[in-house]
Amino acid sequence: MEIVRIIVLALAGLLGGVFGGMGMGGGTILIPLLTIFGGVPQHAAQAVNLVSFVPMAAGAIILHIRNKLIRFKGALYIIIPAALSSAGASLLAGLTEADVLKRAFGGFMILLALYSFWSEFFSQKARKAKLPAHDAPTV
Amino acid sequence: MNGIAKKIILLACGLVIGFINGFFGGGGGLITVPVLERVAGLKTKSAHATAILIILPITVASAVIYIIAGKFDFGYGLPAGLGVIAGGVLGAAALSKLSNKLIRVAFAAIMLAAGIKLLFF
Repeated sequence: MEIVRIIVLALAGLLGGVFGGMGMGGGTILIPLLTIFGGVPQHAAQAVNLVSFVPMAAGAIILHIRNKLIRFKGALYIIIPAALSSAGASLLAGLTEADVLKRAFGGFMILLALYSFWSEFFSQKARKAKLPAHDAPTV
Repeated sequence: MNGIAKKIILLACGLVIGFINGFFGGGGGLITVPVLERVAGLKTKSAHATAILIILPITVASAVIYIIAGKFDFGYGLPAGLGVIAGGVLGAAALSKLSNKLIRVAFAAIMLAAGIKLLFF
């Protein structure tokens, strides 16, 4: 039984990792896979995602720097406020009841899915009509 | 949009991205990519790469708090984490071989199904 559970957890990680490796937000999929199929509590699933993201991201960043894909300029304008609000929100998550957190996460996923469908099927023309994006950030 | 307005928008987006990533333990990257494309004017590939640079320090901050609060469990973390690393390599290798649109639609469909399950059941 324990072995089955370990395999399910590893498979959930594998699937989340595949999406993550493709740069599509693997964590957003990993968390529900862990809670729905692995029976992992919501807070623990979120913690697993955060911790497992770190080595993956570090490796990916090295690769992307080599490929000159990362634009450092302006990134701090997002990083500094985000680090502060992220710390506060993590404390808040710790105080939030698991069932409330799980349902809020479900609502967040539905919004993300609807946004994805919209940008795939309805925003193409709007995107094409726009001026081509330039590579360098302006801040 | 002038430089100052853009900086203010990026700061505000940072607050939202950080809150979501910390509260839900992920998902900040999905919001960072369109912000970088639309506000900072990055191309899609650069936006994806730069989003990881932005999310990493935020995730470290959140992960430390989750660990201190006793929410991280090695019993779950070790098998899932090893799976994530193996999957990450596979995903990165498969990226150039599969249709991006098909993957994105499949991904959105999985998110929708999981979201409905979590919210209502």
